[in-house]
Amino acid sequence: MFSKHREIFKFLSLVLVVLITPLLVHEGYLLNVLIFVGIHTILSLALNLLLGYAGQISLGQAGFFGLGAYISGILTTTHAINPWIAMLAAATIVTTLAFFVGFPILKLKGHYLAMATLGLGIIIYIVFNEAVDRTGGPSGLSGIPNLSIAGYTFNTDLKNYYLIWTFTLVAMGLSLNLVHSRIGRALRAIHDSEVAARVMGVNARVLKVQIFALSAGLSAIAGSLYAHTMTFIAPASFGFNFSVELVTMVIIGGLASIYGSLLGAALLTVLPEMLRAFQDYDIIVYGLLLVLMTMFMPGGLVKGIPELFTSIRARATRKVKTDA
Amino acid sequence: MLEVRNLTQRFGGITALEDISFNVTKGEITGVIGPNGAGKTTLFNIVTGIYAQTSGTVHLEGKDISALPAEMLAAKGLVRTFQNIELFGNMTVLENVMLGLHTQSRSGILSCMFKAPWHLKEERNIREIASEWLEFCDITDLADQKASNLPFGKGRMLEIARAMAVRPSIMLMDEPAAGLNNRETAELATLIRKIRDKGVTVVLVEHDMELVMDICDRIIVLNLGRKLAEGTPREIQENQAVISAYLGEG
Amino acid sequence: MELSDQIAQYLVSGLSTGAIYALIGIGFAIIYNSTEIINFAQGELVMLGGMFTIFYLNTLHLPLPLAILLAVASTTAAGLIFERLTIRPLKSPTPLALIIITIGGSILIRGITMMIGGKDTHALPAFSGSEPILIGSATILPQHLWIFALTAVAITLNKLFFQYTITGKAMRACAVNRRAAGLVGIDVKKMVFFSFAISSSLGALAGIIVAPLTMTSYDVGIMLGLKGFCAAIIGGLSGGVGTVLGGLLLGVLESLGAGLISSGYKDAIAFIILLLILFLRPQGLFTKAQTERV
Repeated sequence: MFSKHREIFKFLSLVLVVLITPLLVHEGYLLNVLIFVGIHTILSLALNLLLGYAGQISLGQAGFFGLGAYISGILTTTHAINPWIAMLAAATIVTTLAFFVGFPILKLKGHYLAMATLGLGIIIYIVFNEAVDRTGGPSGLSGIPNLSIAGYTFNTDLKNYYLIWTFTLVAMGLSLNLVHSRIGRALRAIHDSEVAARVMGVNARVLKVQIFALSAGLSAIAGSLYAHTMTFIAPASFGFNFSVELVTMVIIGGLASIYGSLLGAALLTVLPEMLRAFQDYDIIVYGLLLVLMTMFMPGGLVKGIPELFTSIRARATRKVKTDA
Repeated sequence: MLEVRNLTQRFGGITALEDISFNVTKGEITGVIGPNGAGKTTLFNIVTGIYAQTSGTVHLEGKDISALPAEMLAAKGLVRTFQNIELFGNMTVLENVMLGLHTQSRSGILSCMFKAPWHLKEERNIREIASEWLEFCDITDLADQKASNLPFGKGRMLEIARAMAVRPSIMLMDEPAAGLNNRETAELATLIRKIRDKGVTVVLVEHDMELVMDICDRIIVLNLGRKLAEGTPREIQENQAVISAYLGEG
Repeated sequence: MELSDQIAQYLVSGLSTGAIYALIGIGFAIIYNSTEIINFAQGELVMLGGMFTIFYLNTLHLPLPLAILLAVASTTAAGLIFERLTIRPLKSPTPLALIIITIGGSILIRGITMMIGGKDTHALPAFSGSEPILIGSATILPQHLWIFALTAVAITLNKLFFQYTITGKAMRACAVNRRAAGLVGIDVKKMVFFSFAISSSLGALAGIIVAPLTMTSYDVGIMLGLKGFCAAIIGGLSGGVGTVLGGLLLGVLESLGAGLISSGYKDAIAFIILLLILFLRPQGLFTKAQTERV
């Protein structure tokens, strides 16, 4: 099938780009930015599965990200557990937690859901700050070990780049598989007509909770990766502002688009770096982007740019016709 | 087959249905008719688990389904179509029908993500069966179209194909002929008979009297939330109470 | 100090912050009832109230009462501009789009305030001195009395407006059924406009009267806004008594929790209450459950 081949081609091109980028970019600072693009892609992907496909908002994603980072960080520093096992533990604990919180929380809709997830995120954030004995409080937790495989330690920017992007690409590939499967169809169906989906036997409630748990677990893995590459974590990275930033990535990239998540994450990671000169004012840019995108490009860049081209082309042809 | 017992539905102070009872016989086509506001759609919404009734029961093949929500009924063999066709507009025609096979497939999130072999096999299977139902409803050529691009009449056919994919023992159709032209209505009549011949019991709410009298084996007449009459098309046509209700003498 | 004295003290400060939450919460409820929008920028309007007062007082050297009046007026204008520029032009106002756009708007308001006013924390002078007044064994600041008095006045005026003026009645009609209100000739858009005006001015007032106690800066809006929302949820999003009680309850619980259990977890209390209410009694503590239509 043609479309299927095109999908594979698109994905392989991306893999190629990821592989060769370090040949062009040697500088540690830039590699570091790209590492963040990778982590942010996993996070916005996780949120997009929930927000774009299941249609449920979460303003507490930073909390799950932070839980992943702290569980991994605490297990490896205080309890000297192997980082890979710590990562697995983080993913399992957070997924399970989200699954059980998911049932009452996803009963809520729209604004109520937004506020509840926001509240959950802030509670988690407060715990990071206050449980000083375990988390180190506001000054953070340091000395988190790098990941390593059979004596090979991921301790340079380049190694971490490949590590993070392997995870990112796998996460993207698995998500692509998911959205093109019966689960993905059921999610899209709920979006289009929840009542018809239910009549066809789709259990919308359970499905939403499952995706919520999956999204939280994926964020936790990203958190664990973050902890082990940065080797230092502090609560400030996991606050409400970061949750909003993640929502912005998804909206800007494009709801219900896997590649859109990558685009949104890349843009919102690179842009603030370029706006460094303006220091704190990048927040204004976020605000402006959110407002303008919602108003003029609700489908995000992934859908918006092609639409823009078509409309420009349409206008041009119309003009040619009237000129003729 | 389908037994409705003493069904009553109130919304606030308004009684939409009062003490409705009837049986649907297996393998027949049953029509539910009545003037606007008679409670036909409400009846459907209760039977299909979209509303919870105030009192009364619904049994399907002897089992009480009164308290089951909509999503549990597909697996029990009960499916419905909607008056204003409810398609999944952003999915293709084929995908719409594939969704009808949701309850007949099992792959969970993980096997879908990792493309487990059994998942791929299941997916091929679903695709094949879905294509067969497209053919049954004569819309095979539209398989790759986006559902929201279909003209209304084709959308109706797709909705039926999707419902058939559920492999129902009973199908409830809410005004299937609404919005169709004469030719399409004739095709619909043929299709409904074909569905019955597949062993699916059909219940339909309909305003098109010609269609109802033509294809139904039995007719139930509702008026102002109560059952007014029940019988064969011929008996209904001769029933004085029905005639006066329709002429508005009541 | 004995425990009972301490508790009395916590009650006083809890009730005064509670009154602030109530004012903000009523703002949420008024907008929600006329538009079904939860305005995530509500907290920023509270912040603007305080910051505008600082500006008129310190930069323009106006007398305090005038500065306050101007600040309420400016914030109301800001609220209306916000509605006009973000919510009204929205082509498909889905709940998601509304959430995103009001969050975006709130970030923008916060950012612009920071850009113009800087990141400093400012203190507003107390309205009439800061000599504590001794009541029994608890002390109370004059500012607390101002808070109680002005909140009571604002809530009473609000109540009278909704009860007795034509516009207020029309807004109540919108809250019950927007479509029906539109059909009988009520200009729904105008009502949305009024609801933003009222909730912005209530928010501004809250931000101003609390500023002498807690100081103000460009980023105080988030927490105040969220807690106001929590008050409104406890009160079942009612524009009246329910939310007032909700605010007071929240203020007192927070103050007791901070004093007796742990001050670090003070902010978590509001959110735990918020989640519990949303999970267990989404209709609020003081309203009877409505029969749910499935």
